[in-house]
Amino acid sequence: MNSEWPLWEVFVRARNGLAHRHVGSVHAADARMAIEGARDTYTRRMEGVSLWVVPSAAIAASDPGEAAVLFEPAADKIYRHPTFYSIPEHIKNI
Amino acid sequence: MREGLIEYALRLGDDSLVLGQRLSEWCGHAPMLEIDLSLANVALDLVGQATHFLKLAGETESAGRDADALAFRRDVLDFRNCLLVEQPNGDFAQTMARQFLFSNWQELLFRELTHSQNPVIAAVAAKAVKEVAYHCRLANEWMVRLGDGTADSHVRVVEGLEWMWRFVDELFVTDSEIERLIEAGIAADPRGLRPEWDLRIYQVLASATLDRPKPRRAVMGGRRGHHTEHLGHLLSGMQFLPRAYPGAIW
Repeated sequence: MNSEWPLWEVFVRARNGLAHRHVGSVHAADARMAIEGARDTYTRRMEGVSLWVVPSAAIAASDPGEAAVLFEPAADKIYRHPTFYSIPEHIKNI
Repeated sequence: MREGLIEYALRLGDDSLVLGQRLSEWCGHAPMLEIDLSLANVALDLVGQATHFLKLAGETESAGRDADALAFRRDVLDFRNCLLVEQPNGDFAQTMARQFLFSNWQELLFRELTHSQNPVIAAVAAKAVKEVAYHCRLANEWMVRLGDGTADSHVRVVEGLEWMWRFVDELFVTDSEIERLIEAGIAADPRGLRPEWDLRIYQVLASATLDRPKPRRAVMGGRRGHHTEHLGHLLSGMQFLPRAYPGAIW
């Protein structure tokens, strides 16, 4: 049996209205301990107002071997970037 | 009344300072990185509380001593903390047993002190009561994990509780020094905290499959400066630098 506690991925919401962002991971025996570990590791300097933890094992990842197939076709589709019009000065967030 | 307030502020400050120093001894030594950080966080909360209470003691005394002078240039006999907080860390289970007994008491105490007639005490208590509520949550959960964990963790936490239990009664006694402060609504009456403390402690012990420790002859004296042998060793580590290099800054 693995004597290490399982790994959990940690997501922090910095402010109300923003999305939770992945910030790192913690080891913990269960979800509640993971929340506490995340609180003490990642929100000590007022980084957040909400925490999510997810068992790392529950995350399905893309295969690095398929990176070329998955991502390179997007490289020459510049028309997908909203860069062809100017944003007024006073608009802070878009 | 002024003498009483100095005394009371020292007791509050020294409880937090000594336990904060004790917990900081775990820094770099805890069983997991996550636990290392959580103990250091609790320690920093406590040292922060101590800074406020010792500042109040120094200002009330008006003899030119600030919080640092009170923390680093008093000797054992002048410390007013309860004996529980100076007890050695032992293993992680013993440390958690001490935290469990103390934080549950401190949360109830600070909850009362948010209504203190002294505005500084009330303000510090209002800030600190949230910190301590989290300390309780951590310690209560660890008691359950350790008590209801493996055979080894169970034995360790039973032994930790056995060590700490004789220092509990001191938390709930009062003396002539603070009686008048209680009457004036400045200090909280610790006797009134016992029923809820008992209830909290026994609920957690039950979920942790731990028996109530057998009654022990209470050991007291911390509030009068009569400490166990452990405080002197703690202070020698904590005070070495400012005593060897007076006025050192970095």
